[in-house]
Amino acid sequence: MMRSAINRILLATALILSSLVGAQAQEHAHEGEAHANHEGEAKATNGKFDVGGMIMHHIKDDHGWEFAHGVTLPLPVILYSKDRGLEVFSSSNLAHEATYNGYKNVHGKIHRVNEAGEVDHEAKVYNFSITKNVASLLLSAVILLLVFSAVSRGYAKNKGKAPSGIQSLLEPIILFVRDEIAKPSIGPKYTKYLPYLLTLFFFILVNNLLGLLPGAANLTGNITVTLVLAVITFLIVTFSGNKHYWLHILKPTGVPVALLPIMIPVEIVGVFMKPLSLMIRLFANITAGHIIILSLLGLIFMANNMGGMGTSVAISPVVLFFTLFLNLIELLVAFLQAFIFTLLTAMYIGSAVEDHHDADHGIGYEGTPSELG
Amino acid sequence: MDLLTPDLGLLFWQVVVFLGLFLILRAFAWKPITESLNERENNIQSALDLAEKTRLEMTALKADNEKLLAQARSEREAILRGAKETADKMMAETREKASAEGQRILEQARESMQNERLALVAQMKKEVVTLSLDIAEKVLRKELSDKASQEKLVTDLVSNSRLN
Repeated sequence: MMRSAINRILLATALILSSLVGAQAQEHAHEGEAHANHEGEAKATNGKFDVGGMIMHHIKDDHGWEFAHGVTLPLPVILYSKDRGLEVFSSSNLAHEATYNGYKNVHGKIHRVNEAGEVDHEAKVYNFSITKNVASLLLSAVILLLVFSAVSRGYAKNKGKAPSGIQSLLEPIILFVRDEIAKPSIGPKYTKYLPYLLTLFFFILVNNLLGLLPGAANLTGNITVTLVLAVITFLIVTFSGNKHYWLHILKPTGVPVALLPIMIPVEIVGVFMKPLSLMIRLFANITAGHIIILSLLGLIFMANNMGGMGTSVAISPVVLFFTLFLNLIELLVAFLQAFIFTLLTAMYIGSAVEDHHDADHGIGYEGTPSELG
Repeated sequence: MDLLTPDLGLLFWQVVVFLGLFLILRAFAWKPITESLNERENNIQSALDLAEKTRLEMTALKADNEKLLAQARSEREAILRGAKETADKMMAETREKASAEGQRILEQARESMQNERLALVAQMKKEVVTLSLDIAEKVLRKELSDKASQEKLVTDLVSNSRLN
């Protein structure tokens, strides 16, 4: 029964998303034009729609949260520079290439400008602004806190009883992370790492799903975000590593001595490759999904550019069908990538904390036959 | 804000927000949730264990009951058998006693009959003697008057008083 409820919710979400796709396309059409004008990124001129510009604008971070053309939520810009200290002002001051307080937004980056209006590359400005991604990050944090405080209250309320409401919706997922990811990958010491794995899983999942909403930020498809997650995983793995883990890197078992000069660098590179692959996998999957959906929708406007209104209307049904299909795939990817990131993190932690008792110690190994098997 | 270069501001916020989220959720969500889940699982496990234990106890109890029942049945049989034996014995004894008593009474009756007869015979003898004496006396008296009638009288008397 629980499964069918989840299925129904997923289906409903998918349907809502796909029905909004059309609206999203409209919105981006205008956005693209707008940026063709004031960001100078677009190569297309005389009213032609710039698909590339639209896509890049969507997947990148921005000051101000543009839900639709002309509907922009101004966000705080927070700057720190040595000479001027901390400065906070609204991002609406910098809209349309305006210069405010000696600052100018060039290609989404805030630069100091001199009196002549030229960008001053010498001045070092640290930008801690609440950008679209940071706002989305805060929103997801609030969602997670609200949802899981409700779930937690559910456990306090239904003590010794069957779960109910949102608690019973999320309990299978929590149990899945615990029983299918943490326990088999890490082993008996999993309890220490379970809070991190749960936070990681739900953080990625919620942000993946938020990213699928029209006009939303592309947070988990941002390399900075995936970098932070990967670095935290790397630090946990490195600081949890027991002597077997380090010994395995310095002297891989079962490897001939002649191969050690090759194997040791490979192992050391592997230590850094693991988090690097985590970082790139999540970033690339989510960004690619967004690019594909936007490219498909862009086809309509490219048809408009080339063949006029009639062509674009003619291909719209086909494009919408594919977009719908890809949105569903992206929904799957949202869950899948959250699962993969968490699973691989758990496996890396598992490899760092496991007690080595496998049979590859060679001839001197004294163990019972069952252990050898 | 390029696609592949990490951004300092977002890096800062991501670290702060994610770590904050982790710490808050760990304290206020994951800990109570996992504890409740473990507790519930332990409860279910102990309930199952208890059910299994109870089942085994019930089986043992049933076996015990059957043993007791069988014991009771055999005891009952033994008691019944004993009672029947006692009853049989008693009946036999009673019968024996009764027949002995009957015998004794019969014997007694016979004895008293014998005595009675003897007494009767003695009485009779005594009467006969008296009668004889009377007859003798009468005869003697008649003899004195008529000889023929005396003889006839004796003969008649004798024939009338045939003994035995």
